[in-house]
Parts: sequence; C-alpha cells; structure tokens
Amino acid sequence: MSNEKVVTVTVNGSTVKLATPAHRTLLEALRHEGFVEIKCGCEKGDCGACAVLLDGEPVDSCLTLAWHADGREVTTIKGIGQPGNADPLQKAFIETGAAQCGYCTPGMIIAARSLLKDNPDPSLADVKRGLSGNLCRCTGYTRIFEAVQLAARELRGEGEAA
Amino acid sequence: MNQTEAFPGSIANVNLRQVGKNKPRNDAPTKVHGKAIYAGDFYMEDMLFAKVLHSDRASANIRNVDISAARALRGVHSVLTAADLTACNAVMTDLPGQTGGGTKDTTQPILAADRVRFHGEPIALIAAESYELAQQALDLIVVDYEDTEGVYDPFDSQKPGAAIVYSDDNIVADYKIRKGDIEKGFDEADYVLQNTFTSQYQEQAFMEPEAAVAWVDEHEILNIRSSTQVVEHFRAVANALGIPHNRVHLQAPYIGGGFGGKEVMTIEVWLALLAMDTKRPVKLIQTRENSFLSHGPRHPFTITHKTGVTKDGKVTAMKIKLTSDAGAYAKLSPYILLYATVGATGPYRVDNLWVDATSAATNNLPACAFRGFGTMQANTACEAQMEEIAKLIGMDSLELRRKNFIQPGDPNTTGQIIRSSVWCDQCATQALAALGEQPSNSEHLVYGHGIACYQQSYGRIRWMKDTSESWVGLEMDGTAIVRCAVTDIGAGQMSALAQITGEILGVPMDEITVYFGDGHVNPLAGTSTASRALYMSGKATELAARAVRDNLLQCMARHFEVSPDELDLADSTVFVLDNPERRMSIKDMVKLCAAEGVHRHNLSIFKAPPSEGLDPETGQGEVFPDFTYGAHAAQVSVDIDTGEVTVIKSVGAHDVGQAINLRAVEGQIEGSALMGQGFALSEELILEKGVLKNGSFSEYLIPTSEDVPEIQSIVLESRSGLGPFGSKGIGEPVFAPVAASIANAVADAIGTRIHDLPLTPEKVLRAINENKASR
Repeated sequence: MSNEKVVTVTVNGSTVKLATPAHRTLLEALRHEGFVEIKCGCEKGDCGACAVLLDGEPVDSCLTLAWHADGREVTTIKGIGQPGNADPLQKAFIETGAAQCGYCTPGMIIAARSLLKDNPDPSLADVKRGLSGNLCRCTGYTRIFEAVQLAARELRGEGEAA
Repeated sequence: MNQTEAFPGSIANVNLRQVGKNKPRNDAPTKVHGKAIYAGDFYMEDMLFAKVLHSDRASANIRNVDISAARALRGVHSVLTAADLTACNAVMTDLPGQTGGGTKDTTQPILAADRVRFHGEPIALIAAESYELAQQALDLIVVDYEDTEGVYDPFDSQKPGAAIVYSDDNIVADYKIRKGDIEKGFDEADYVLQNTFTSQYQEQAFMEPEAAVAWVDEHEILNIRSSTQVVEHFRAVANALGIPHNRVHLQAPYIGGGFGGKEVMTIEVWLALLAMDTKRPVKLIQTRENSFLSHGPRHPFTITHKTGVTKDGKVTAMKIKLTSDAGAYAKLSPYILLYATVGATGPYRVDNLWVDATSAATNNLPACAFRGFGTMQANTACEAQMEEIAKLIGMDSLELRRKNFIQPGDPNTTGQIIRSSVWCDQCATQALAALGEQPSNSEHLVYGHGIACYQQSYGRIRWMKDTSESWVGLEMDGTAIVRCAVTDIGAGQMSALAQITGEILGVPMDEITVYFGDGHVNPLAGTSTASRALYMSGKATELAARAVRDNLLQCMARHFEVSPDELDLADSTVFVLDNPERRMSIKDMVKLCAAEGVHRHNLSIFKAPPSEGLDPETGQGEVFPDFTYGAHAAQVSVDIDTGEVTVIKSVGAHDVGQAINLRAVEGQIEGSALMGQGFALSEELILEKGVLKNGSFSEYLIPTSEDVPEIQSIVLESRSGLGPFGSKGIGEPVFAPVAASIANAVADAIGTRIHDLPLTPEKVLRAINENKASR
C-alpha cells in the first residue's frame, strides 16, 4: 500500500522492522510479526488484554498506532520474564492460582508490573485501582490481587513468591 | 447433619496425597509466561483472513445481496452467500453428544437466504489477503432489505396473529409438571403468596472472542483449530458440509473462557466453507462487537410463583409458570427450559406441584447456554419468593428454608430420588455466620444481609446417554501420560486429570503430561459443559489409572511375594504398606513389568447413568445424574440518595463432594461471586426492537477490579458425589445462588422487593421512593 512505512521497534530487546500503513495498530502489527503473546480482546481499549509497556509505560496496544512506536521500546509479557528467569509477578500468579483461562493474564501482569514500579507497597485499594483497566471474567480478581501483593512483598525483600 | 448415603463413587476415609491439595495448576506456567497458544494465535503459510457480514436489523426480507464489487476487489479470494450454499445451507444445534437422541428441531441456515430473523444473523462470508481487505470487501456488499414486522416479546409472540419466527406457532418448547394434588395443597395453606420475577439477557463476556483457523491438509482432511468447548462438533461440521465424519479434524487449544458461549457451534462452519472454497488456510477472530451477536446470551425469564405455606413454615403447594425468550432460533432453548423446569422449586421438597414452562421465539437475539443454564434463573426467582414468604409469615428465612429443604431419599420435582448428600443447611449456616455483624445504617447508607441456597445438576441430561473416555499410561522412565480430548476452557479441566492420575499412580503432577483438546488423536471425552468435565473425564481417567495400577501391582505382588493390596504407590515408588523399606522406584517397576509383557496403559470409558426421559403429561422421570447443593450469602450497602448498591462481602459455601484441586474450586467460587454480582446489579443487554444497543465492553458493564467485595469460600466435602473420589460438579452450581443472595440482601437493606433484575441504581432509587411514599 502506498502509505506504508517501515518503523523500527525494539521488542523485548530485539530490533523489529514493521512495514505498516498509518492506520495499523501496534497490536495488529506486532501480532502479525508473531508476537501473539499480546492478546486481542476488544480492539477499543476496554479490556486491557493487549497491554504492553512502551518505553516502560503501560499502553493498550490496540489504541496505539504502530507508527507511534517508531524508535521506541516495547515490552511484552515475554520480556517481563521467562521460564527459569521468571518475574516475581509470574511466580506469584502461578503460586496463587491467579490465571484461569489465562487470556487476560499477559495484560494483567503488564499492568501489575507498571503498578509495582510506581508503587512498591500498594494497598489493596491501590491494586484494585491499578488493575481497573484490565478485565477478567474467570477469577473474580481476588487471586490476582493476592498475587500482586505477594510479588510486591518479594520485590521489597520481605519474602519469597513461590 | 444429613447422613451420607453410600453412593457409587464415594470413597470414605481415603488418605489422599495429591487430590484435594492446593496445587498450582499445570497450565499456569505457560499462561503466565505468554507462551500459551490460543486459537487465534496460529499463523500458517498462505493464510487468508475472514470477515462476516452480520445483519444490522432484526426482522427483514432480503430482496438481493449484491456481492459483485466485493468479489471484484483484488486480493479477495472468496465471497460466499446463501446462493453459494444451495446444497448445504443448514446447521443443527444438537446437544453435542456422542450418542445424541431426543433432540428438537434446531436447524438454522448457515447464511440467511431470503429473510433475517435477528440482529446479527450472518449473511455473507469473505476471505481475503488481509483483514483490512476483507473489511473493504464487506463494506462493498449491498444488501437490499425489506423490513418486516417482527415480534420482540415472548408473550406477544404467543398471541394469535403474531409474526411467526419459528415453526407455525413460535413455541420452541414447553414442559409441565403435575405432581400431588395442587388444590389440596393450597387448601392446606394458611397463606398464599404470588409474585412475578423477571430477569434479563446476560452476555458471557469471555475475554477471548471466537477465533479459529481452518485448512484442508495434504490428506484432504478438513482441519479446524477453534476456540470451542466441544470438539465433538466435528460431526456437525461434517453433516452440514455433507462430508464423512472422519474427514473433519476439530481441535481445541487453550480456550480463553467459555461459560457456555462456546458450547454450540459458532464460527467453525463458516471457516470450513471458506477454507474449502479457497483451498487455503483461513482465519477469523471475531471483533468484540460481532462476538456479542454470535453465540447467544443468557435467556431472559419471566417466572410467576404462587406458593401455599402453613403458618409454621411448611410449603404445601407451588404453582410456577416459567416463560423464556428463545430469540429467533431454537439453539439449546428446549434444554435450558427443561433445566429451569426441574430447578423451579430450588432445593426444596414440594409434593403438590404444578409447573408450566414455555420457551417462545421472538426476533430477539437467539439465547443459548450460559453458566447456570436455566436452573440459575429459576433458582433466583424461587429464592426471592422464599424470602418474601418468610417476611409474610414473620419467620427467619433460613428457618423457613430448613423446614423445606429436600433430603436424601426424597423425590425432587420430577420424582427423581435424591441420593447424594444435601448440605444446604450447613452451607447456609456457615455462609451467614461468615458475613459477621451487619453495620448500622447511617444517614446515607443502609445495609442488608441476604442468603440463597440452590440445587443444581451436574452431568448431562441422562437420556443423552453421555460417555467419556480417557487413556492413561506409564512411560519407561516412570513418567505418566494422559490422553483425553477434554477441552480446557480455563477451569483447570486438564490439570485435574494430572492430579487424579498422580494420586492413583504415585507420580508427581509435574511428571505427568496431559494431551487434551484434540479428539482425533486422543479418546473423546465429551463436552466441557454442564459441569460435567471433571465428573465424566475425571471418572474415565480415574478408571484408566486404576486399571494401570492394578496391572502393575499384580506383577509387583509376585516380585515382592505379597498380595497386590499390600502394596501402594506414592512419591514415584512402589512399596509394601507394612514394611516401606521394601520398595522400588516406579521407573524400575515399569521396566520390570515391561520385561514381563504387562500392559502399562489402559483406555477406559465412563458411562453416566442413563434414563428414558420424562412422562409428557406429568413431567415425572429421571433427568440428571446428581445434584450439587450449597449457599451464598452477601452483605450489601445501598446509597439511599443515589440507589447505588455496593457488595461488601460475598461468601460462597458449597458441598463440592471432594475438592480435586482446592485452589481451583475456590477460583470457581470467586469468579462466580463476581459474575453473579454483575447479573444482579449491572449486566443487561439492551435490545430495541431486537437491535442490540450496548454490544461492547464500554457499554455492557461487567464487574471490574474496583467492584470486587471481600470474597470468602467455604468448601465442604461430603464425598457423596458421582465424580472421581466422590466429587461433584461445581462450575455452574457455585454460580447458581449468587445473584439471588445479593437481591435478597438489597431487599433486606431497603425494606422492599424489586422484582426485575438487574438492580440498577435507577430501579433501586425508584423502589426506595415508592416504599417511602406507601408508608
């Protein structure tokens, strides 16, 4: 298409070139490149399933144009931690049973990561507020709250998650 | 305390090592690391992308569908309409079973031909090089509609002269129960109370919209990888396309939630048609807006209860009329109505009973399966009525319930004798106690407590003759494999099988691999619906694992020179019970047994107890294998200035028979607490003349993290269920009483009953003001 341009995005530390038209969202462009760990739930910023970190800040990738990410760093759930080198949040999600169907989980952990960066010792109300842009239909959120607070304790050096 | 009747499947006083424990599910690591692959995540070479044109009106004739411009667009490979499906434009919504039987006329067109009957009815399918191109093509299709008069209310649709949507009278199904002497029952009553309760459309709102990829492979097999609760739909796909069953391979990867919304076929046939037409892989991920139109929400019900009761609280008669809005096609409406009919009296014994139930077609969205499946709606009305009766006769409502709970040995609504434990009383008592003290009212806030009990079936309708199969084997290194095509929709269906197998074979969960979701390489397990997955596939897996265990222990008994029952398996070893020093690793045991030619694996089938259906005149007969019982309690506050309801505490207490994974059980209770809260307070699909007005997550409000109350789970274990280790189904049961308990708490807080769910601030405020005015 005539309005395509190649944008360069660093995804989880690796350089990725995306040939994309102006209207394509970061969600579509990255999923098309195989970053299918970014989930698509509503395509209009209601559910948070597609959340990624853009230069460390959480965004709904369905509301972010791919061109907007040119020259910037994207972190997906796979950039948060890997098996064997898991993030405390990932360990805590396993330990508490915070993932059921798992479809909201990548976006939920991205949102939680951002929350804990800004607020290492969140109250329950802080956690609820911090995750309010991410919908979950399976868990009733309770164990997600538990997981975030468990991970926060570990990050503060107050105990082990898992 | 009720006596636990000895029941097939119950194992008393067993010493469990893995079952019942709080174990991380074995699907958790892949999910938290973003590695779990869902149906929409597959990419294939040469893949095309699909879009579906859905009707934007509810009742119209189609004069013409002009697809010429869409077909001419470069990069568009297929545009299909009803005109292209002359040989096969019908798909049937069977209760998706291995054996079938007793089905209603549930055929509907794959694509609308000359008429659309509901908002969202599919009209055209497109496959193109990209979604964007497919969308462009879709925008070029011109449908020439002629609006026709529709009918949008299930009572209007039964009137003479109503527009006809289904069959020749719009009646999709009806049932009746005639039991005891209804007139005598009302004569014996000191009080008679009649109320009508209505409930609304609720959307499943699973996080993963419908998604699938279909392709025809090098062996001319049609493959579909789909977000479905039911891989057995390969038969329905094959039937619709007129090809043999063994040429369709339907597999389900991890499913991003279902709740019933992925029980009937959704997008599989569309993709099959496009893949066969283009000879290329085709993928579709529904947009959220189209998802709202694609699977069928919870049925709205209108339920009238007329109840006779003595002054000391004994219910003497119930006359109940149930009406559900089926929408434009039958789908599963007949079965959902049957569940509501059986569940009409809640968990209570009523000897003089009269039930009339009707499901009528309209031009509204075709409603379908959703967690609770009719029982929940019926139970919600019944529990509101019980609360109103208690108020009328001046009795504590739990005391009233105690006087009427069904007991083991009693006949239920259809005369089926209840055989498992009924622990409603224990559950309700503990749930209410857990609520604690009710806060004192303030100037702006009033507080209320509510309780609701329930009876909900697990396992499918018995004349469907349900079966499940599973294969269990031990490998030469002492690890284990389970092959079972159960679909994992997020509740831990797959993980539970590892836990059950580990318990029986003494192998740790993380040394067990479960192959699931693919019914062409694994034995068919049946559906992940009807709270049956654990019951049925768990039982089949238990049988297979026990057979493997028996084989191996017989061999090892010769080796240790003891009898097989003197041996046990645990922690990857086989050992003599009385002398655990005499032991061998499972790895060495398997080698030894293999050298002797002993079978190290087994394929088992579990058959649910069958029955032959109901007497059509009396509604008497055996419908379900068994029931789960329990209670939910809620504490709410109501802002009397705004009508806003806040749930403060939500407690579920359930007899689950035996928890297989305690954490997973609690996860079901917690998820239900919030989903039921949404039904009680905020969730409602708004239709205007059949057209959906709030089909998105910004307009249709499911509870968010900020709506979460303090949730507590109380798990009781009677071990009286039919599932593995005496477990009962819980996915739907734990949801059944939630909304009723919240509605009862609101009534308690504001001193008056709102008969129409959901309890939005507008309705609550109106009720408060009307109540004030009437005093």
